[in-house]
Amino acid sequence: MDRFEYVSATTVAEALAQLGEGRQVKAGGIDLLDRMKEGLSSPKRIVNIRTISELDGVEIDASGLTIGPTTTLATVAAHEPLRDSYRAIADAARAAATPQIRNVATAGGNLLQRPRCWYFRERDFDCLRKGGQGCFAQDGANRYHAIFGNDLCAMVHPSDLAVPLTAFDAVLDLTSAKGTRKVPISTFYVGPETDPTRETDLHRDELLTAIRVPAPPPGTRSAYFKQKEKESADWPLAGVAVALQISSGVVQRASVVLGAVAATPWRSKPAEAALTGRAIDEAAARRAAAAAVADAKPLAWNGYKVAVLETIIRRTILEAAS
Amino acid sequence: MTEETSRKTRPETLTVGIAGSRLTTTQREVPANDPPPLPPNSDLHVVGKRVPRIDGARIVTGAARYTADIRLPGMLYARMITSPHPHARIASIDTAAAAACPGVRAVHVLDRYEKDPIVRYAGQPVAAVAAVSQAAADEAARLVRIAWEPLPFVVDVESARAADAPLVYPPNPDDKVPRKGNVRGPVKRGPRGKPAGDALDALANSPVVVDHTYRTQVQTHATLETHGVVADWQPGSAIVYASTQATVAFRDELAEVFGIPKARIRIITEYMGGGFGSKLGMGPYGVLALHLSKKAGRPVRLMLDRREEQRCTGNRPSSVQHLRLGATRDGKLTAIHLSSYGTGGVGGGAGSAGPAQNMYDCPNVETEEADVFTHAGPSAAMRAPGHPQGCFALEQSIDAVAEKLGIDPLRLRDLNDSNAARREERRIGAEMIGWSARHKPGADKGTIRRGIGAAQSIWYRFVRLDSACEVRLDREGSVEIVSAVQDIGTGIRTVLAQVVAEELGIDPRGVIVRIGDTSFPAGPSSGGSLTTGSITPPARNAAHGVRTQLLEVAAPLLKADPAHLDLREGRVVVKSDPSRSISLREAAAKIGPDQIAVRARRSEDYGTPPLPPGQTSGMGLEIYGGVQFAQVAVDTGTGAIKVERVVAVHDCARPMNPLTIESQIKGGIIQGISYALFEDRTLDANAGLMVNPNLEMYKIAGSRETPVIDVHLLEEYIGRTSTDAGGIGEPATIPTAAAVANAVHNALGVRMLELPMTPDRVLSALRTVRS
Ligand SMILES: Cc1cc2nc3c(=O)[nH]c(=O)nc-3n(C[C@H](O)[C@H](O)[C@H](O)COP(=O)(O)OP(=O)(O)OC[C@H]3O[C@@H](n4cnc5c(N)ncnc54)[C@H](O)[C@@H]3O)c2cc1C
Repeated sequence: MDRFEYVSATTVAEALAQLGEGRQVKAGGIDLLDRMKEGLSSPKRIVNIRTISELDGVEIDASGLTIGPTTTLATVAAHEPLRDSYRAIADAARAAATPQIRNVATAGGNLLQRPRCWYFRERDFDCLRKGGQGCFAQDGANRYHAIFGNDLCAMVHPSDLAVPLTAFDAVLDLTSAKGTRKVPISTFYVGPETDPTRETDLHRDELLTAIRVPAPPPGTRSAYFKQKEKESADWPLAGVAVALQISSGVVQRASVVLGAVAATPWRSKPAEAALTGRAIDEAAARRAAAAAVADAKPLAWNGYKVAVLETIIRRTILEAAS
Repeated sequence: MTEETSRKTRPETLTVGIAGSRLTTTQREVPANDPPPLPPNSDLHVVGKRVPRIDGARIVTGAARYTADIRLPGMLYARMITSPHPHARIASIDTAAAAACPGVRAVHVLDRYEKDPIVRYAGQPVAAVAAVSQAAADEAARLVRIAWEPLPFVVDVESARAADAPLVYPPNPDDKVPRKGNVRGPVKRGPRGKPAGDALDALANSPVVVDHTYRTQVQTHATLETHGVVADWQPGSAIVYASTQATVAFRDELAEVFGIPKARIRIITEYMGGGFGSKLGMGPYGVLALHLSKKAGRPVRLMLDRREEQRCTGNRPSSVQHLRLGATRDGKLTAIHLSSYGTGGVGGGAGSAGPAQNMYDCPNVETEEADVFTHAGPSAAMRAPGHPQGCFALEQSIDAVAEKLGIDPLRLRDLNDSNAARREERRIGAEMIGWSARHKPGADKGTIRRGIGAAQSIWYRFVRLDSACEVRLDREGSVEIVSAVQDIGTGIRTVLAQVVAEELGIDPRGVIVRIGDTSFPAGPSSGGSLTTGSITPPARNAAHGVRTQLLEVAAPLLKADPAHLDLREGRVVVKSDPSRSISLREAAAKIGPDQIAVRARRSEDYGTPPLPPGQTSGMGLEIYGGVQFAQVAVDTGTGAIKVERVVAVHDCARPMNPLTIESQIKGGIIQGISYALFEDRTLDANAGLMVNPNLEMYKIAGSRETPVIDVHLLEEYIGRTSTDAGGIGEPATIPTAAAVANAVHNALGVRMLELPMTPDRVLSALRTVRS
């Protein structure tokens, strides 16, 4: 790790004034410090935003849910009112990492963490995401890699939280000195075809200042499930968030978003189409799951992820509807 | 001070057999200076009891000082420079920029590269720098300029076997075992040595043959405390604080490398955070640290970081095992033939034939083992080298023979394994797990399928005569035992206190145990599950010597014959009239000028041919082992295996402390589950680099992967030493993966031939039964 300066901001304006070349925002610091220790990031100055009280906290009202970006994952996971109407979000926060990490890691940092692909994290591989020539995973050790949209870069997006937020059509407040942009999470995450050296649409002079989730239509139920290789402290082999608006026993609107299977949270239009207008039963869930994985393109070592994904989509649809 | 080295013997009557099942006695010659045999545990006060670790509070409160905690005045911090290439020639090394870096006090390049300027795996240590802070050392390490000429490499075991594969080592006609290309061997062996009978011929004539090929992965030791030292060179001598499981071997290696007398070196290992076999030597890090200290004239701390730890400190080699078993229709094994190879990277030792050679009674046994060299991190002994691999294959094939014959797998083992302890362990374990309710393989139908499986282990009784200690009693009544033996984490510190406490009739918490320091009498390496069996006999012998002298001092005070006195509850007591007693302190006050100190060395095993002259280590006659039963639940939708329960029934001769033994067994089982399901050192074959040199993507079982574990300990007396202690560390981990695999077979009706048993492999195995 190289030498760096450290400043703590107490207001958004103060933090914004600090941003620029060689500067890095630190929220919980879990991801940033990891990268610095591995020699992947060497900021000259770290701008701590945990000290900005206006960015911390959860609010719920008739228009929806607002999560301050420095709210810890532990807080999101344990927030009872949030659990009522936005269960998948709470479940995803609870499923991430370990209790110790969740006590420190923030919701904003979780959405903005860099790839966890082992080629990205291992300093001796100069991969596409680090400005290098290509993707080592494609013909390398790819058992945990993408099964969708993987022809340029086979990383999977690491965030659990981003998956249900995408299912709930969250909107992010991105604030710079010039003002605040409201960006839907579905366009916030960018695939490698746009620019392989970044995963999001956040500009260097911007802070993430709010995560807003519009109130779901009445009758919406949701669930998030993450299949891990081991139960303690593990990343997902695959994750799925399902939000279903059901009235008169029929799905009016379905959201099915897949995690850890592509470079961004992956909305499954085929699964959503298979569910919309139908009653949920085992057969419907099975059809939707099959539709979701029909166009998967696994690599040499990750074909099993297709089967795992199909199973958990089916189970999570039934769980959300139950 | 007296050392008991007499070769004279006397006959003794010793208890042998399994308590609760069959205890008898036998007559053996015992060295004249050894104390009378220790009675069975039921007649003892401290030994064999559940004594909590005397250092437990220090460890959990952080007061215990590990190597990583050592800070000496003026100490420097070091960082290694390691190879980024799997195979390369070093054209030149320029350390000028690093040396000129602020705070840097020394730079050292390993001199081996002068003779052989080749690195053979990524992560291989080349040089190190020492500076006034870790940050300065890290910065300077990046400034060492090495001109590399990358060479062709091979990290995949199959590719490495090819005739045209890049060579890891140049041909060497002097090799003891002939090597062709990267393949050394195969070496043919059999039960404790040469092949028995004619296995191939017997296979051809066996009515039943089971023929499988098994594969196991490379596992890293992943010790909690990384490898490292704090080395303090002083002109002509050295003190090294080392995270080592072998203080004496470390010292001897250092003496050889640096050409100084052993007596001028002190290795100190007060506490250490695990080794599993990877900390038996000095390692390039130890050599580098001491050179840096010598150059800088200051102590140097070199602790590896996790990435270095995962890449260069050792591993359990992989294996590919073609195993064939032959049997008669009534279930008698007629032939065992194993042909295996594996890779320990640039190291050897990839054999896995121990279980096949020695577990079952079989007239025809032949094994062929080969090492395949690859451009990957070196192997190192790892908790029962070769055995978890070999057991994974053998114990599944034994089950497969049973299935073919329609015989219960435990019954088949009864037919082919005459070891009394193992038979009793199978019986007890079967009852504990509910074996009789076990369904037929694949009979469970739902989404989640459960199964039960069993597997057994064997391990050897290693004898180390260079195991010594000294017990002291001073005039204040303080009792102390000292030895160079180190506590690798198993709890030997507590067990030594128990042995001394038993002999002197005091509370074990009152015994001062000073170990892990080569200025004390030599202690054995903690490898081969031999520590307790090696160091407790001299501890008892020395304590007994102190006891004898103390009773002589006390006798006149109590006006009794020493033979009529006993030591109990901190007092010297007249046996026939316990109201006549004095405290141990009062008696100790009368000790001559300063203290009673008795030193003892381990005697040869009783009733066993002595080791050849000059040899200090060898094998005893007994075989230890255990039987484990696993219950698993397999999710057929995701391929995830959950181990729900493990029943472990083990023997280790006399159990000295059931608490520490159970810890060993539980740790062995957790490590075994981790090996069975998760751990997998992964190399990118195109780049020759490890992609998971961390504890995040190198996955290790955690609290939620830990099943309910029920341990039952056999109390087995073998009558071989004054404590009759054996070992447990290795046998505890050997059978776990095999038991889990047999349980998965019982759940699904399909055999898992490859480790780790990941969702991927479970799902593909399931496809073979569905189609
Ligand atoms: C062992 C381990 C296991 C893990 N397992 C999981 C898992 O299972 N699921 C999962 O989802 N995650 C997992 N994580 C990741 C972890 O949850 C994230 O690293 C963490 O949430 C990041 O949050 P932070 O507040 O610490 O972010 P930081 O490290 O502080 O920041 C992360 C990045 O976001 C930027 N940033 C943060 N906040 C803002 C803001 N408001 N505006 C602009 N930029 C900002 C920072 O500059 C930095 O680049 C795991 C991590 C570890 C170490």
